[in-house]
Amino acid sequence: MRKFQIAIIGGGVIGSAIARELSKYFLDIIVFEKGSDVASSTSKANSGVIHSGINSPPKSLKARFCVEGNRIFHQLAKELSVPIKWTGKYVIAKNEEEEKELVKLKDIGIKNKVMGLRLIETDEVNFNEPNIKCKSALWVPSAGITLPYQLTIALAENSVMNGVKFLLETIVIDIKKNNNYFEIKTNKGIFKSDFIINAAGLNCIDIVKMLEEPDFRVYPCRGEYLVLDKKYAFLIKSLIYQIPQEKFGFLGVHITPTVDGNILLGPTSEYIAEINDTRTTKQKINILLKEAKEIIPIIKDKAVINAYSGIRCKIYPPEYDGISDFRIENSRVNPGLINLLGIESPGLTAAPAIAKEVVKIISKNIVLSKKTKFVSKYDKYIKFSDMTNERKSKMINKNASWGRIICRCENVTEAEVINALSNPLGAKTLSSIKYRCRAGMGRCQGGFCTQHIVRIMGEEFNLDITKINLKSNKSNLFIGKTRV
Amino acid sequence: MEKLGCEKKLINVTNDVSVIGSGPAGIVAGISAREFGAKKVIIIDRNNWIGGILPQCIHDGFGIEEMGISLTGPEYIDKYVEKAKNLGITVMKETTVLKINNELEIFAVSRKGLMKIKSKSIILAMGCREKTRGNLIIPGDRPSGIYTAGLAQTFINLYNIMPGKNIVILGSGDVGLIMARRLKIEGANVKGVIEILPYPNGLPRNVVQCLKDYNIPLLLSHTITSIEGKDRINKVIISKVDKNKKPIPDTEKIIKCDTLLLSVGLIPENEISRNAGIILDDSTGGPLVNQYYRTTIPGIYACGNCLQVYDTVDLLSIHAKIAGKQSAKNAIKGKNHNNYAEKNIIVKPGTGIKYIIPQMINKTGIIDFSFRLEKPNKFSKISFELNKNEIFRGNLKYSNSTGIINMKVKIPNYSPKSILEVILNE
Ligand SMILES: Cc1cc2nc3c(=O)[nH]c(=O)nc-3n(C[C@H](O)[C@H](O)[C@H](O)COP(=O)(O)OP(=O)(O)OC[C@H]3O[C@@H](n4cnc5c(N)ncnc54)[C@H](O)[C@@H]3O)c2cc1C
Ligand SMILES: Cc1cc2nc3c(=O)[nH]c(=O)nc-3n(C[C@H](O)[C@H](O)[C@H](O)COP(=O)(O)OP(=O)(O)OC[C@H]3O[C@@H](n4cnc5c(N)ncnc54)[C@H](O)[C@@H]3O)c2cc1C
Repeated sequence: MRKFQIAIIGGGVIGSAIARELSKYFLDIIVFEKGSDVASSTSKANSGVIHSGINSPPKSLKARFCVEGNRIFHQLAKELSVPIKWTGKYVIAKNEEEEKELVKLKDIGIKNKVMGLRLIETDEVNFNEPNIKCKSALWVPSAGITLPYQLTIALAENSVMNGVKFLLETIVIDIKKNNNYFEIKTNKGIFKSDFIINAAGLNCIDIVKMLEEPDFRVYPCRGEYLVLDKKYAFLIKSLIYQIPQEKFGFLGVHITPTVDGNILLGPTSEYIAEINDTRTTKQKINILLKEAKEIIPIIKDKAVINAYSGIRCKIYPPEYDGISDFRIENSRVNPGLINLLGIESPGLTAAPAIAKEVVKIISKNIVLSKKTKFVSKYDKYIKFSDMTNERKSKMINKNASWGRIICRCENVTEAEVINALSNPLGAKTLSSIKYRCRAGMGRCQGGFCTQHIVRIMGEEFNLDITKINLKSNKSNLFIGKTRV
Repeated sequence: MEKLGCEKKLINVTNDVSVIGSGPAGIVAGISAREFGAKKVIIIDRNNWIGGILPQCIHDGFGIEEMGISLTGPEYIDKYVEKAKNLGITVMKETTVLKINNELEIFAVSRKGLMKIKSKSIILAMGCREKTRGNLIIPGDRPSGIYTAGLAQTFINLYNIMPGKNIVILGSGDVGLIMARRLKIEGANVKGVIEILPYPNGLPRNVVQCLKDYNIPLLLSHTITSIEGKDRINKVIISKVDKNKKPIPDTEKIIKCDTLLLSVGLIPENEISRNAGIILDDSTGGPLVNQYYRTTIPGIYACGNCLQVYDTVDLLSIHAKIAGKQSAKNAIKGKNHNNYAEKNIIVKPGTGIKYIIPQMINKTGIIDFSFRLEKPNKFSKISFELNKNEIFRGNLKYSNSTGIINMKVKIPNYSPKSILEVILNE
């Protein structure tokens, strides 16, 4: 039975950010993730927005960590080579009623110390965003966009470089508290640890239940999205948000560009019964398209290349949604169990600030000493399509597989696929490749590259084709050979 | 002009005619260009094989009209590949074209490095790609086991890999029909082909040979309204649809399956054309062309499935030959002089016509048109109206599909900026 000082449950953006922050210190850390890769749950299915902090109630943890997280991202994205764009955001008002709401939002923003907020007229909006219909808008310059899965992957893999142990496909089944340590039962054996960090997202309550009676409930709330083809990238440059107004379980469509040049429509907002019900529905798809067309009339149904959904971990009932907040606390009943509860939006933005908070909580219990040799830089997934021609030629000269395009839509090369497959976490699903090098993420959605990736998995990594999975360990791609 | 900054690093090549894509369209066009006098012809393809989609089409049915025999895909393409070799045409395999521009430069990459290829003419023959679940926006879970029919065909025919056992096929396009039979032969249980239209989308001969002969059910006026399964797909929910293709409530049925194949349409592959500034036709998805299959950029021609999605290879080859011949003429003449804006006729699809090719004409005499109707029609007439005056009327044979129709029409003298409208009269 191996003993660790810190056991983190959950390899989402929160668990991974905490792992990386803690890996700056001399600590023995393990992370358990039940999925076949990190970012296999909510952290891959969100808007990828680095929020400014205008939407969270003043004095809340959400507001505090969001504003602080937003600030940290400037440095963090550089260290981890994660793409980020500070696009700014327009919250648009369609009529006078909504204009009043803009003023309120601006006041909240000022209270939360969000800089640069400005109410602007249609003309100015249209000067920058000619395709948007609105009466006026609130300009929020500090909002940005990033790639949430790539961020989570970089956080996790950088912590592995700094000594953290990550176990994938490892589910925490039960926990016992013995005198001064926890005994953690998983499908891969039993582990001991001094601290447990409960970063299990939607499952946070299950972890608590293993040790004590929870004083909260989880109200899963689904958000559906549509993804538009890159050729519509010209439509918007910034985030376009509407005044939040709850109608038919819908917030008013947000139109969000992604770093890669796609556009997201959504999310919707709908309380559902099951935490893993990530279905998309016809009804919401129709609403999303209809509302998006009201703001950008030239959007067509045929622009859609994909649909997905993510589930918010809300721990307050719907009627209290306006005041709900994160809970980040050391358990009173079982000190050493550090719970991160209700980390819904803006959890992605807040992640690096939350990680620092967790370090603070731990430092109250043990003396932390900083490593001098912490490696803060992470730059594994360089992209062929980002390179100058000179660099491309050099790379091909060194290794010819940089000259073999595998993904026709995103121009991903064989070298990048091999690189993605040799990730330090040992993730080997089709999705894990897609999230690391974009192969399969473009308009043909894997129609061309899948065969090449499967071939590489077989030839270069000796994987049995019947064991190749899409995402989870039960999502096999094939049933076998046609003939033996 | 594009800034490269490192010209030295590029492998430079100059050609008379460069063809992008080595499918039947590219090979046939390349051969024709060579036969009509182009000296140096190369064909570029990103695959490590020649022939585009054909090597995986191991069923027969190729060349029936063109050669009078029914060949398999590989047999059909081999005939042309042999000929191309004899004519000294070079095929660059595993070479991906990243970009072309209106100076007729091709930027490509292979294991050897980056390349800049200058040509007197370029022929676009990039083929098409399959529509995916995302294009249809089918709601539900996002499990494994969902393939486009062509990808499933690739795995079975080229890699000997079986994608699944209990199969549902959405869409009655030809690829889907052929795969229904193929999977059945491999021992899979093909539960049915589901088609939203009230008639099958594929060729009538494929409906008979692939479904009827194998007792595979075809459910017309039905669609899939939800996909279920957290890890691997385990069922689909289907519904009847009304005249407007909207699902009718309370007609839902569950079909258990472990695999869903999509055969719901093909999209001409034109990213590099669009980025070069070539104007595309919204209805065909391919470039706008004139009677010589020349695109809106002088010197660039288009043929095959990247021009329009063909039903059979026969007509495709006939058209590709013309594109090849014209590209050679252009290469020999040197500069291509007659620009588009000048004295041409704009061809417009009128009532009942989905699209028509060519979309522009700049000569009198016999022109070969190909077009599709919006829906199958019985014994109707097609009229060609030049500036509202009928210049030709053709009879349509009875047809229960919306296949490509071919018509030759003599264009009389006309004044600049004329409009030719093609109309269906029932
Ligand atoms: C629709 C939507 C849009 C959003 N948009 C934004 C946005 O634009 N900006 C922003 O800042 N935030 C946004 N958020 C919030 C943000 O996505 C979340 O706050 C964040 O991803 C939560 O991360 P996490 O690590 O807590 O959870 P998760 O990513 O869910 O990670 C928890 C992990 O724990 C694992 N796990 C659970 N139980 C166990 C177990 N027993 N054993 C082992 N592993 C286990 C799970 O597999 C999972 O991978 C959005 C959220 C949603 C739903
Ligand atoms: C499953 C199936 C069954 C069919 N069955 C029949 C049949 O029975 N009888 C019949 O007559 N017809 C049939 N057809 C129709 C027809 O024969 C094919 O559609 C035909 O192969 C299309 O030819 P193409 O040359 O336009 O495209 P493709 O064969 O698709 O070739 C295009 C080539 O271009 C390459 N390419 C594209 N972009 C680039 C780039 N940027 N750089 C380098 N290379 C590039 C591609 O890799 C590909 O090799 C069938 C088609 C399919 C898909």
